[in-house]
Amino acid sequence: MSATTTDPAPAPAGGPGPEPARRSAVRPGDRIFSGLSKGAGITLLVIMAAIAVFLTIRAVVAIRANEGNFLTTFEWNANADPPVFGIAVLLFGTVVSSVIAMLLAVPVAVGIALFISHYAPRRIAGTVGYVVDLLAAVPSIIYGLWGALFLVPHITGLYEWLDDFLGWTGVFSYDGSPARSLMTVGILLAIMILPIITSVTREIFKQTPKANEEAALALGATRWEVVRMTVLPFGRSGIISASMLGLGRALGETMAVATVLSPAFLINISLLESGGGTFAQNIASQFKEAGAMGRDALIASGLVLFLLTLLVNGAARLIIARRKDFV
Amino acid sequence: MSEIVKDKRGRAPAPTPTSGAAGAGPDGGGPAGTGPVPAGPSTLRRPRLPRWAPAGVALGSVAVGVLVGLLGGLESRVQWGLIAALVFVVATFVLTSAVEGRRQAVDRLAASLVWSSFVVAVLPLASLIWETVARGIPGVSWYFLTHSMNGVLSWQEGGGIYHAILGTLQQVLLASVIAIPIGLLTAVYLVEYGRGRLAKAITFFVDVMTGIPSIVAGLFVLSLWIMMLGFGYSGFAGALALAILMMPIVVRSTEEMLKLVPNELREAALALGVPKWRVILKVVLPTAIGGITTGVMLALARIAGETAPIILLVFGSNVINANPFEGAQSSLPLFVYEQWALGTQAAYDRAWAAALVLIVLIMILNLVARGIARWKAPKSGR
Repeated sequence: MSATTTDPAPAPAGGPGPEPARRSAVRPGDRIFSGLSKGAGITLLVIMAAIAVFLTIRAVVAIRANEGNFLTTFEWNANADPPVFGIAVLLFGTVVSSVIAMLLAVPVAVGIALFISHYAPRRIAGTVGYVVDLLAAVPSIIYGLWGALFLVPHITGLYEWLDDFLGWTGVFSYDGSPARSLMTVGILLAIMILPIITSVTREIFKQTPKANEEAALALGATRWEVVRMTVLPFGRSGIISASMLGLGRALGETMAVATVLSPAFLINISLLESGGGTFAQNIASQFKEAGAMGRDALIASGLVLFLLTLLVNGAARLIIARRKDFV
Repeated sequence: MSEIVKDKRGRAPAPTPTSGAAGAGPDGGGPAGTGPVPAGPSTLRRPRLPRWAPAGVALGSVAVGVLVGLLGGLESRVQWGLIAALVFVVATFVLTSAVEGRRQAVDRLAASLVWSSFVVAVLPLASLIWETVARGIPGVSWYFLTHSMNGVLSWQEGGGIYHAILGTLQQVLLASVIAIPIGLLTAVYLVEYGRGRLAKAITFFVDVMTGIPSIVAGLFVLSLWIMMLGFGYSGFAGALALAILMMPIVVRSTEEMLKLVPNELREAALALGVPKWRVILKVVLPTAIGGITTGVMLALARIAGETAPIILLVFGSNVINANPFEGAQSSLPLFVYEQWALGTQAAYDRAWAAALVLIVLIMILNLVARGIARWKAPKSGR
């Protein structure tokens, strides 16, 4: 109804002022159409709410029956008679692999965005933007297949190298087994989240006020000084929110992790050796063997993943929205 | 504007360095020119490196990388590349700071980092496409496209993806039948009707919904449709999850396109006394139809490659099941995953071939979408 009251607002601007009395009688066609479109919008909200509600219902069932501690148990035996499972390993693996991905991807993505917006000749810039969009279109299962059958065998040399120089830290020690580790997953995820980070930052860099850039140039700044003094400060919040969007993607990625990682329910201090797991990967690989309780347990872990991504994405969107209000 | 300024800056000093290089080249060569107080007129300007310097340094550093790689016996080509990149960056920095001064050196350093990040992004894509095509082509044949996996054991050659293609097409079609109307209407609501808190909430949650992991959408449909309501695994259940993933993409792209429709068109139609809903249907939507189609096709391309919800809801099958409403089906991405999981060489070959078919399908969708976007682009935009 509120929609119909605002409805005539644009009309008077167009012209027909003389008979406002008859305007207020809403045509049935208008009412149906605005009702339909409003209903569609509400459907979306209902779906979001339903996702939260139904996942919670199943999760509560699972957590009630759980004999272990849901947060701290290092085990996933949801199909055993007293089911014992905990998300500690999954949380660790998910966060670590996504953070690796973000650390690797953000600098490169900012570099590509700068390349497209400020460095490349215009014709090349268009092509590069197109290539980056294509990267986004490749299905994750194909990244996974490529990661498992090409990246894993080809990256062992790099890991041995890292082990030679940084092995003493423990984090980078490597035992020479197939490189199906959280680090490889992180690298693959970094490639997968590059496009989204790039496209968001690129849009923001393009909005840099031209006057600022020209002022810097007029003072004799080099191109890098222009970027450092005008483009980066202007785009800082954009870079932050774009990285968080990328982080959200990486947290929920399933297939690339399920194909590359060789999972084990333990926390390995070395990122280069196999072991660990992520929420999405665990769901995908355990689902076929799961019984009724096993499914509920997987849904419970899915709920945690859902909340995690909701938090990250919501924060990113809020930063973007706040920025829109200010600029 | 700044482009022009930059070009002028870049071009204006060009004659000086080339002449300076011509002078310095013969006696010192490139790198040795540490103390080149170039003879001649350019005393007011700092000397600059010749135009070909970056290319020369790049060539040199690649040579060093290959050399070190060969001599050191490093197996991984990645290492060769890393060494070459490192040499390039350091050499450029040292050279420039010696000849042109620190500020220019930092500028070149930043430029080479930006360029190398571009290379870093292109390499994986090139490798991915190359591997998929090279390993996939031998497996693709008419037989492969028109037969199912019925009765084919994991280690046996042969078999095909007909059942998977059929499943993918049906699931994507069903998903779009559900998602496109809801998505379009929501976008219409947001642009044409929406004011106030409801519209703000919808905008926010559409954004958040874009970030829902596909596996979570799958779990939701699993808990509601299969566990609560007791339906079995089917293509339709998968389509429901795909629809959830597709809706926000359709809403976003349609919204952007509707905002591009000039307000004068709406006002002109309203001034003629046309009811608002007919204005939307007959004026606004047709004007934006090109962009909307593009958005929808990109959304289709996105969901056609989804695997995670399909694993949970469609379950996978080796035989042809033409009824998406009953019984397990297959789909292309799921087929790739299953074949990869079997782990035999014959299965790997099938996985690559199916991946190639999938990537071709998605690239066709993408190209058609971008073609439509270019063809029907709103002229007022630029």
